[in-house]
Amino acid sequence: MSAGQLVIPRRAFLRGMNLALGGLALGYCTPAEAAPDATNEPSEAPKSRPAVALQSIEPRAPGLNPNVFVHVAPDGTVTIVCHRSEMGQGIRSSLPVLIADELGALMSRVKISQADGDRAYGDQNTDGSNSIRGLYEDMRLMAASARTMLVAAAAKQWKVRPEECLAKDHQVTHVPTRRSLGFGELALAAGKLNVPNPKDVMLRPRAELPNVGKALPLLDAAAYVTGQAVFGADVRLPGMLTAVIARPPVVGGTLVRFDAARALAVPGVRQVIEMPAPKPPYKFQPWGGVAVVADHTWAAMRGRAALEVTWDHGPNAGYDSERYRAELAKSVRSPGSIARKVGDAELALKNAARVVEAEYHVPHLPHLPMEPPVAVAHAQGDTCEVWAPTQNPQAARTEVARVLGIPEAKVQVHVTFLGGGFGRKSKADFCSEAALLSRKVGAPVRVQFTRADDVQHDYVNTVSTNRLSAGLDANGRVTAWRHRTAFPSIGSLFGEPARPTLEDLQQGVLDLAIAVPNLSAEICDATAYTRIGWLRSVYNIFQAFSIGSFVDELAHEKSADPREVWLELLGPARTMSLTDLGVESLKNYGQPLDKHPVDSGRLRNVLTRVTSAARWAERKREGRALGLAVHRSFLSYTAVVASVVKRANGKIAVDEVWLSFDAGTVVNPDRVRSQMEGSIVFAMSLSLFGGITMKNGAIEQDNYRGGGRIVRMGEVPRRIHIDLVDSDAAPGGVGEPGVPPVAPAIANAMFALTGKRVRELPLSKSLAVT
Amino acid sequence: MSITVRINGTEHRLEVDPEMPLLWVLRDVLHLTGTKYGCGEALCGACTVHVDEHVVRSCVTPIRRAAGANVVTIEGLSPDGTHPLQKAWVELAVPQCGFCQAGQIMTAAGLLKKHPHPSDEQIDQSMAGNLCRCGTYPRIRSAIKQAAGDKP
Repeated sequence: MSAGQLVIPRRAFLRGMNLALGGLALGYCTPAEAAPDATNEPSEAPKSRPAVALQSIEPRAPGLNPNVFVHVAPDGTVTIVCHRSEMGQGIRSSLPVLIADELGALMSRVKISQADGDRAYGDQNTDGSNSIRGLYEDMRLMAASARTMLVAAAAKQWKVRPEECLAKDHQVTHVPTRRSLGFGELALAAGKLNVPNPKDVMLRPRAELPNVGKALPLLDAAAYVTGQAVFGADVRLPGMLTAVIARPPVVGGTLVRFDAARALAVPGVRQVIEMPAPKPPYKFQPWGGVAVVADHTWAAMRGRAALEVTWDHGPNAGYDSERYRAELAKSVRSPGSIARKVGDAELALKNAARVVEAEYHVPHLPHLPMEPPVAVAHAQGDTCEVWAPTQNPQAARTEVARVLGIPEAKVQVHVTFLGGGFGRKSKADFCSEAALLSRKVGAPVRVQFTRADDVQHDYVNTVSTNRLSAGLDANGRVTAWRHRTAFPSIGSLFGEPARPTLEDLQQGVLDLAIAVPNLSAEICDATAYTRIGWLRSVYNIFQAFSIGSFVDELAHEKSADPREVWLELLGPARTMSLTDLGVESLKNYGQPLDKHPVDSGRLRNVLTRVTSAARWAERKREGRALGLAVHRSFLSYTAVVASVVKRANGKIAVDEVWLSFDAGTVVNPDRVRSQMEGSIVFAMSLSLFGGITMKNGAIEQDNYRGGGRIVRMGEVPRRIHIDLVDSDAAPGGVGEPGVPPVAPAIANAMFALTGKRVRELPLSKSLAVT
Repeated sequence: MSITVRINGTEHRLEVDPEMPLLWVLRDVLHLTGTKYGCGEALCGACTVHVDEHVVRSCVTPIRRAAGANVVTIEGLSPDGTHPLQKAWVELAVPQCGFCQAGQIMTAAGLLKKHPHPSDEQIDQSMAGNLCRCGTYPRIRSAIKQAAGDKP
């Protein structure tokens, strides 16, 4: 196993590592089938699936190399390419295991090679909780092609039928005669065979994947705990300079003038360079401004502090996020356009015995990965090589080629370990900045974001207001449900209108599996005044907060148990048709409904499991209360119970959390558990403290404090219980779906404890917490 | 002016600005990149190292303050990654993205020197300055206890 060797910042070695790239030049076919697209990302990167098998491929390295993902060398070493970025989800400890299992390889003889950005891999955007769920079958097909060829080579040598042979434990065995040949012994002969048609390749039954679903080691653990793992800022090239950039503080702002004299007087500062100004739509463009290029990071930081810059703050200089709330509130108080309709919600609301209404507000949210954005680039002539902690190396490649005006084929993007991504590092801005500066100074350049840069030049999660209305009949049954939603959409980053789209509403609104007879969802107008991006679980964050809080409010209005109200709303266990949902189509995270239905039964199941584990019946004890929420996102189902207590100092703390999770088939249960633990903590930060505010168009926060504060060790519950549902359903997402139900569960628990209903995040604005 | 510092057992004579933070000396001058830059204001703990017996945030520690001292970074915590904390960290698969983990381990190592069997409250207090955005806190707590030979 090649733990920790994710990137080796030397070209020759990198080329040597990427044996499997041998097939690249020889052609690549894009299957006609629509590609999965996860988080409404109008990305410029291709959303294609990888070529499953290439006919008559001539491998550059000796051995078997049927596709760009698997290589078997004559010495038996199996190289598996991980084409998704490692950002804490443990993909390097998961996807290669799946491939090795399907191949019949021993992980002890597997080398993992981290892929550069290249369209030959299909979509590489590590985003949308889409790696396992999107690749579970495709990657096995890659391995099964190789296995089929190894078996065919052995059968040919023994002059027996391939059906009598078994590939297991790194060798092929002829079962009747117990003869066997190692993968290495077969590699050259297998490499001379034609790559089979994918239709003729059989995947193993799930039971014959020996490691999938078992306790698997974290392959890179030793590299992490010894400081050997190479992150973006750890790449160093001979003669490399470091740049820190003063960017316009307001989106749409431009540079008027600057005085470099004091910056240039700082020892170690080499050059001060004006960056090209971006034009709307901003997409992944660099932000403009003035770069200070220096021998080392500290000099660059001091140089930037000494710069005198005058900005024209541009058209968004009046943006005030507090004032903007009134705009959103006004928007949801009038009818929007119908996105979902069952029965007649308007009429039912009019005829209801009682109407319950509430408005929820969630502010812009920051990413705050522990590693601020950073990239190293070396532009030489019409080529450029980039090393970066990018979630999307193909987008980085496209963008670097664009800003330098060179062909994409002349750009190489190497992926380092990511010190957290959460959606921020899907953007290519920091890579392009490094490329532009490297060309300008004629040396390798590292662009380092300071923490203030990271916070203030973020593609923030959007700000939203949701208004929910429910009609109850004389018996307290919910007969009407209306959900109005207003938020500037991610589409605005790409020049689309800021008004939310139908696709945006797939995240928790259109797929809300409730059985209310009259139901509607309405899209209300919103305007974007800043760069909107996607943050771990994206729109689901505020949709789950709004819906999860509102169900709790309904329960209170009915003097009923929130658990029972959830079960009443979900109705009987069933998979829901488009008609049941009241929609014409559902994006469904890029997956067809027959493979990944909207299943109220799975929501009921996680709800039942989590309330049973948390002993929900005892939910109100002296000084402690429980809150509940459940949510479907990224094709997975999550239910959360949070317990809150009043501490001796009078403040409220979350002291225990239970989470039940159904992601269908799971490859690496320990990494799924760790993602759930992490999701709870991540969501606690945004529930309790998170919130980016803007005044005069600029972000007010500048570090891990105020709205940039995240939870600390002592604020995290000492008891966290993760319950994974054992399932053989198609795999759902893992990285994100743990997040959405946490905030409403906490808010509902706080209501149960204090009697105070808080309808906006962060909760610390309204309650004394931790 | 030259400053002499012992780092992971090796003496270095450095010709650097005495005000340069230890973090940047480690990373940019000595290329010891296990110590991370996270916030620059001692708010996140990613840059934690030991200076003599003290657990310090190297991003706000001028190199002059380490003059003549023994500095230990994650690269020098153990010769082969077998410090009890490193072993516990691997056994419990603590890291997610891994970026903050060196700082977490260095702070925890300081804690165990002071309190070989730390209570939960002592863990809360000592580790309060080390942030983890991935949320590995529950496993960090367990790993500290395991390294101390205590029950999680």
